[in-house]
Amino acid sequence: MRQVAIIGVGMTRFGEHWDKGFRDLVTEAGLNALKDAGLSGNEISAGYVGTMAPGSLIGQEHAGALIADYMGLNPVPITRVEGACASGALALRQGIMAVASGIHDIVVIGGVEKMNDLGTAAVSRILGGAGDQEWELFLGATFPGLYALMAKRHMHEYGTTEEMLASAAVKNHKHGAKNPYAQFQKEITMETVLNSKMVADPLKMFDCSPITDGAAALVLAPVETAESYSKKPIELLATDQATDTLALHDRSSLTGIKAAEIASKAAYKKTGLGPKDIQVAEVHDCFTIAEIMAIEDLGFFKKGEGGKATLEGRTTFGGDVVINTSGGLKAAGHPVGATGVKQAVEITWQLRGEAEGRQVKDVEVGLTHNVGGSGATAVVHLYRRL
Amino acid sequence: MKGSIALHWRRIPERYRLEGTHCETCDSYYFPARRICRKCRRKGRIVPYKFSGKGRIYSLTEIHSAPEGLEDQIPYVLAVVELEEGARCTAQIVDVRKKDIKIGDGVEMVFRVVQREDPEGLISYGFKFRKLH
Repeated sequence: MRQVAIIGVGMTRFGEHWDKGFRDLVTEAGLNALKDAGLSGNEISAGYVGTMAPGSLIGQEHAGALIADYMGLNPVPITRVEGACASGALALRQGIMAVASGIHDIVVIGGVEKMNDLGTAAVSRILGGAGDQEWELFLGATFPGLYALMAKRHMHEYGTTEEMLASAAVKNHKHGAKNPYAQFQKEITMETVLNSKMVADPLKMFDCSPITDGAAALVLAPVETAESYSKKPIELLATDQATDTLALHDRSSLTGIKAAEIASKAAYKKTGLGPKDIQVAEVHDCFTIAEIMAIEDLGFFKKGEGGKATLEGRTTFGGDVVINTSGGLKAAGHPVGATGVKQAVEITWQLRGEAEGRQVKDVEVGLTHNVGGSGATAVVHLYRRL
Repeated sequence: MKGSIALHWRRIPERYRLEGTHCETCDSYYFPARRICRKCRRKGRIVPYKFSGKGRIYSLTEIHSAPEGLEDQIPYVLAVVELEEGARCTAQIVDVRKKDIKIGDGVEMVFRVVQREDPEGLISYGFKFRKLH
């Protein structure tokens, strides 16, 4: 099996792109990634794109063919990959496996979602498809509701407070304020979060990630040729994916995402690395409680101590590990299928020392953590400078 | 979940009467019904089982931003209920205010309207729970 590296990255700004459609966003990100890798496009032998719900959001299926066409890549095979909010990291994982196996050499990875062509109620219904439609959503659950059920249980078992949850949003907005690609480049206060409108108790508007349009892309190559394309190739050390029950209520515990814990443990075992070796991580904070659970599931903090650690500033610059330098899903935005690829782009910039204004010092190893639904899919990747 | 009547009709045993399944090999209970035991897989002996409808609140929230079809019900209490046989399900808790119910409280199943598509559309029925006093 060959080792795989990232040789180029690119993205669109995340936000409300009224003037751009699905194909405009994905081609913009794709071109940025090809430019970064110094490729003309002729070198590409395959592509994988993560997108959750274009069929429902814009009535467009067959996204792989659309993208191959508008990227001018025909007849290169491009395949759509779907795993709800983890679609992006799953596309990256398919690409890694294609290059590692030797079937393809230069592979382009995209992640995209165009969400603002519909209203909030319709988008919420569509995103609900990431959960169990018949046994959760139909009976009155919503996505904020499912994460609220986890938050309430976390509070019950570990004494996590609403202030601890809010501190994750405050921290992510502080980071996002330094990211020119973020949807919200504005700091907020604890009071803003705590006084915002209740969505699903205890989660308020500012505990939730927004509805976002955007795309991200990157290019993979075998490690042995990566340096002929990029001065600073980034090696993918591990790609691990795990699943759990589709419905939240069927899980043995509601205070963590077990699939993420399993995927990260597999990645650590394979590489001989552990949470202490990681300086920077992009984690899936679709809601503030999700970030608290993520930093526990990934082993950065003990179970039940994630909230306290976040409130104490241990997950920002100068802390034990810097979580979500991009602003996370909360401030950078969450164009669902693009998120997993954006996380890899941000970690690449961090490892290359190119994250201007938000660069973590002395970065050796980075991690990304992308979750689908309420935790039925989790994908963890580890990265290091080549 | 709009549209097909069959889509709702085929779930009547589970939604109206809490009919699930039981694995006689490992004594696990499943709601909704599963044909494959999560623990025993092909070695499981799955038989139909009607749940008692009694259980406890495992976790709960109050929904303020409703999905399409439930707008007229907000705010409502939503819970993960642990049925006394051990299976868990997601359901609304009715006839109670959020401040009067907590994790661990006993509940029992009631039969209610779950969703109305629109004034002239399909009315879907099913289980909700209420607090036991």
